[in-house]
Amino acid sequence: MRLKKKTRLLLSRRYIVALLSLFCMGTGQLFNGQIIKGFLFLLFNFAVMNSIAFIRGNIYGLITLGETAMEDHSLFLLIYGVLTVFLLLIITDIYIFNIRDAYKNGLLRDQGKEPPGFKESLKNIKDTGFSYLVLSPGLTAILCFTVLPLIYSILIAFTNYDLYHLPPANLIDWVGFKNFREIFSISSWRTTFIRVGSWTVIWAVFSTLTTYGLGCLLAVILNNPRLKFRKIIRTLLILPWAIPAFVSILIWSGALNTNFGIVNQLLGKMFNIQPVHWLTQTALTRLAVILVNLWVGYPHAMIMITGILQGIPADIYEAAIVDGVSPWQKFRYITLPLLWFSMAPLMIMSFAYNFNNFTLIYLLNSGRPFEFGQQGGAGGTDILISWIFKLTTEKNKYNYASAISLIIFFILAGFSIYNFYRSSSFQEEEMLQ
Amino acid sequence: MKINSQRVRNYLSLAFSYLFLLLIIFIVFVPVLWIFSASLNPGSNLYSSSVSLLPRNYTFDHYKELFTETRFASWYVNSIKVGTGSSLLSIFLVTLTSYAFSRLRFTGRKYGLMVMLILQMFPATMNMVAIYLLLNLAGLLDSHLGLILIYAGGSIPYNTWLMKGYLDTIPRSMEEAAIIDGASQWTILWKIILPLCVPIISVLAIFSFVGPFTDFLMARIVLTTPSKYTLAVGLRDFIADQFSKNFTMFAAGAILAALPITVLYLALQGMLISGLTKGSAKQ
Repeated sequence: MRLKKKTRLLLSRRYIVALLSLFCMGTGQLFNGQIIKGFLFLLFNFAVMNSIAFIRGNIYGLITLGETAMEDHSLFLLIYGVLTVFLLLIITDIYIFNIRDAYKNGLLRDQGKEPPGFKESLKNIKDTGFSYLVLSPGLTAILCFTVLPLIYSILIAFTNYDLYHLPPANLIDWVGFKNFREIFSISSWRTTFIRVGSWTVIWAVFSTLTTYGLGCLLAVILNNPRLKFRKIIRTLLILPWAIPAFVSILIWSGALNTNFGIVNQLLGKMFNIQPVHWLTQTALTRLAVILVNLWVGYPHAMIMITGILQGIPADIYEAAIVDGVSPWQKFRYITLPLLWFSMAPLMIMSFAYNFNNFTLIYLLNSGRPFEFGQQGGAGGTDILISWIFKLTTEKNKYNYASAISLIIFFILAGFSIYNFYRSSSFQEEEMLQ
Repeated sequence: MKINSQRVRNYLSLAFSYLFLLLIIFIVFVPVLWIFSASLNPGSNLYSSSVSLLPRNYTFDHYKELFTETRFASWYVNSIKVGTGSSLLSIFLVTLTSYAFSRLRFTGRKYGLMVMLILQMFPATMNMVAIYLLLNLAGLLDSHLGLILIYAGGSIPYNTWLMKGYLDTIPRSMEEAAIIDGASQWTILWKIILPLCVPIISVLAIFSFVGPFTDFLMARIVLTTPSKYTLAVGLRDFIADQFSKNFTMFAAGAILAALPITVLYLALQGMLISGLTKGSAKQ
């Protein structure tokens, strides 16, 4: 008796249609009486069946990256492979949706209800799908121009794509973690990586601290209501923000020229200092890039901090004035803690930005001065990203360049995720309100 | 007595403030004045006649030479073309995306925002190898279209965050009223949300014009024909090889390249700054 009930349950429509759709998309829907939807799924099913050879070929290409040089182009095979994996994911999604849809409508039939007609289903899609419809252009663009290149460069980090393996004359092969191992085990590469990497961190820390330090100081000074001409002074001070960075950096690379640059001229005239070799000695050039970055970057920090300062309600200070504290104490114990709270996430963003600030490093001095014995043409002020640029454009070391990109990715992703959680917990706390 | 010393201290700190501000303003203006004076300096190199902060003799020859002897004019047009194209495309995509993230609820919303925040930290710079190869495959290498697509695509994550922050501050009461009146979601987006977003859209439009207009790296990688160069690539090539030889001409080019954007930024500073600070405060 119980067995009979169980078989009846198993033979109920929802399981049968789910099984039908599992073997062939659309048949379950047809069985449910949803003719148009069923035919559409069926059509899709045949389209997928027909392209199985094509899909298999592309996946095979992705695994082998080509077998005969000149005939197979490994880079193209790589891209087709990645796109095919995307396609497979979409097909799987539709396949699962097809089974669930059949099951859901089979359940309706079992309960004696009529499944919705095609027109109703369309309307349903229009309502729930509106979000995805609105999102689709933006998401497609992100997918094509951010995610796809990202995946592509991640994959290249695991190949031997370099000067000696240039398609189509040569084939590229998967090499696993070899590139990462080599960067850290071949001593000349390790030395260069550590040298460039540690300078990148120092550079990012100092450029953030200096711009935010000066920006903070100027914002606080300008926030003093007794100061006159505040508006004009602020406009004059944000001038470096208004000038396109590439122009100011190129101008500075001229201004720091040892023989005719204005910096040495002024230093000579005003303080009688001998011409300084700003752009030819590593230590001095490192100082120069930080100072030029300070000139270019402090207005942005000043703008952001002024915004935060203006958001601090005045009544917080009133109690302090009654208590007769000094302006310094007011700044130290009231303004600074409040400022710090909103400033920290901005500084982390600035750190990440400067970590990859290619424009400043490369346009000021192309990463020079020249350093003897460094791999990949890394100069004295090269940061990781400009070193990657040189590895790519000058040395054709695409595999190492991608591997180093991947390392930067992991470092910055850590900061980024930390910042996200920090700022979202900040939003919940609403300290300032 | 005590009040008096307090007053002296106030005056002193005010005086120091002015002195400090004056010093910074001087440092700000040194390179600006110098390049201006160099652009007017007779003679093409800087060894023969040392250029001082303020011009002694002046000539507009270098400005004329820019247009007669170099491709400066076409670089300018290219930059405007690339900037405008990226800006329009970016605004279109960002408006839709940020509307969805701010107003609509769908599965994967929070996850999507998180992914955008992470992606936003990785400039296209990091994927230059991949972008070069992909554009090559698509036949878009050495084309302005390829450049526009990269700039617009790359700007979406950050700008979406910025605009979502702005949208979140707009109260929903009007939309709710419109829904009761039976307005469709498209009508709400076009007739209610978009007009309210004009301020942030103008800010984004300017930023996503100026970014590509002034970018060096991507233009350097994508563009190979000199006549297709943008300003940043062209100007750098001016002085990359023989620095001092072309310096006065570079100076004139730098002034012309920077002037419109600088004037625009200074004129619209209030609007641009509020766009910047509002967006980041929400992050």
